[in-house]
Amino acid sequence: MNYRRSFFIVTCLAFGFAFLYIPILSMVVFSFNASKLVTVWDAANSPTLKWYYSLLNNEEILDAAWISLKVAVINASGSVILGTLAGFGLARFGQFRGRFTLNAMTTAPLVMPEVITGLSLLLLFVALEQSIGWPAGRGITTMTIGHMTFSMAYVTVVVQSRMATFDTALEEAAMDLGARPLKVFFVITLPIIFPAILSGWLLAFTLSWDDLVISSFTSGPGSSTLPMVVFSKVRLGVSPEINVLATLTMTVVTLMIVGVSFWFSRAGKLEGAAA
Amino acid sequence: MRRVSPLRRVGVTGRGLVVLFPYLWLLLFLLVPFVIVLKISFSDVDLAIPPYRPLIEWIGKNSLAIKLNLNNYAFLFTDSLYISAFLNSIKVAFISTLLCLIIGYPIAYGIARSSATSRNLLLLLVVLPFWTSLLLRVYAWIGLLKANGVINNILIWLGVIHEPLTMLYTPFAMYVGIVYSYLPFLILPLYANLEKMDWQLLEAAEDLGCRPWQAFYKITLPLSRNGILAGSMLVFIPAVGEFVIPALLGGPNALMIGRVLWDEFFSNRAWPVASAVAILLLILLVPFMMWYQSVQARESAGAR
Repeated sequence: MNYRRSFFIVTCLAFGFAFLYIPILSMVVFSFNASKLVTVWDAANSPTLKWYYSLLNNEEILDAAWISLKVAVINASGSVILGTLAGFGLARFGQFRGRFTLNAMTTAPLVMPEVITGLSLLLLFVALEQSIGWPAGRGITTMTIGHMTFSMAYVTVVVQSRMATFDTALEEAAMDLGARPLKVFFVITLPIIFPAILSGWLLAFTLSWDDLVISSFTSGPGSSTLPMVVFSKVRLGVSPEINVLATLTMTVVTLMIVGVSFWFSRAGKLEGAAA
Repeated sequence: MRRVSPLRRVGVTGRGLVVLFPYLWLLLFLLVPFVIVLKISFSDVDLAIPPYRPLIEWIGKNSLAIKLNLNNYAFLFTDSLYISAFLNSIKVAFISTLLCLIIGYPIAYGIARSSATSRNLLLLLVVLPFWTSLLLRVYAWIGLLKANGVINNILIWLGVIHEPLTMLYTPFAMYVGIVYSYLPFLILPLYANLEKMDWQLLEAAEDLGCRPWQAFYKITLPLSRNGILAGSMLVFIPAVGEFVIPALLGGPNALMIGRVLWDEFFSNRAWPVASAVAILLLILLVPFMMWYQSVQARESAGAR
């Protein structure tokens, strides 16, 4: 590709990335600000780690983070199982009865406004509790079910698109050599789509960790997640601790994503060298 | 002869079992809830827990009464608040989608025309904000836009303005928030489409005397149609029902339907009215969702 990028395109890229990153960087910078006024830089006492200490001693935030973590881990694991099954079926089974519905049901949550999903799930849980007594009240269980319903759709898409690009000859060869379908799946298919499954797990974890709307509808008393606590704080105005929380989140996510993509590109190169 | 498992004899196949679990899960937690929302949108408000009356009631001996209450819908069409919230949501989502396209297209194009190594880095930079919390990124704009916020402080320091500008809690802030949050959703499908483009077509056009802008308008733009549609739909559909961004950046007058639904539910405890709002919103958005699905199907068919 010897087509050189025009000056116009380079300028657009520069402005685009500045737009994406300036807000994030401003939170990082102001997380070290001593002033309680958040956006007014207190040059005399900054940089300081005092809001970091205060965040790490904030019981309300820590409790909420613990609940969020539990929900996110269970959600990610459950979504990966359901999403892999759905993605595998959609990619490999050709036309089957119910394919259209399954496809529609795994696409809908990607674009569905969260207020609709949240409201409908809550009404389902209330109706179920009235008629069969389960789930009794709302809390971590109902939130996790809600998160899994939309997270699995994302996992399905990731797994399905990975399945669509890999060579089915490997699976067929194993079948010809007498491996049963279940064995083929675990010995051939699973290792090949593992990167997609891992990405799916991380994606499902993040979606759940960040979700405010569906959690608000499906949570009960005493089970506020981190985004719910942050939302109620932010509604009252800016708070220096939120900048710290944002900085920590950003750091963890960046390390994770960079690490995973580095590992993938290395694994990809090794695979390429072996072939 | 192959052994036939007892399950297969009753018509249950391994394949069937694989898709059965996700299928049942989505049926129970995605499809059935919509039926319940539809049902509750036809019921009366009640001062009870849960705050609505059942549709089907036993009245006296052996007689069943089904009462469909259309008042909730009538109410939505008579009170101008709801209609203007619907119209305003569509307007805001439409303008935001256009803005995302104007900002996002050159970015997607630029990434698609980069060398393979810088392409991966640039893509990573687009995806990274998407992985960090939406709530925190919206919150960042409060710090930038408020009266004594970063932008006003810089402008005053530079001497461009003397009084701080009112930016937070205005429609402007809401547009900035929506465009900012949804931009990666537009760039990614558009990039995936542009990446497959045969750039030699552009060179051929230029060799034949086309100006670069003409070549873009006549070749690149029509060929990237599916990417534009898919990306726009990923912005437009969720933006119509957006709640968090108008609630945090839009101020009290930002009339968005997602926020109206939230307030009806949480503040007024009017579950039937909230359900009716959800049903109307769904009716409005389902055609777009089906359009999105057909565009996606065309894209993946074209990829092979």
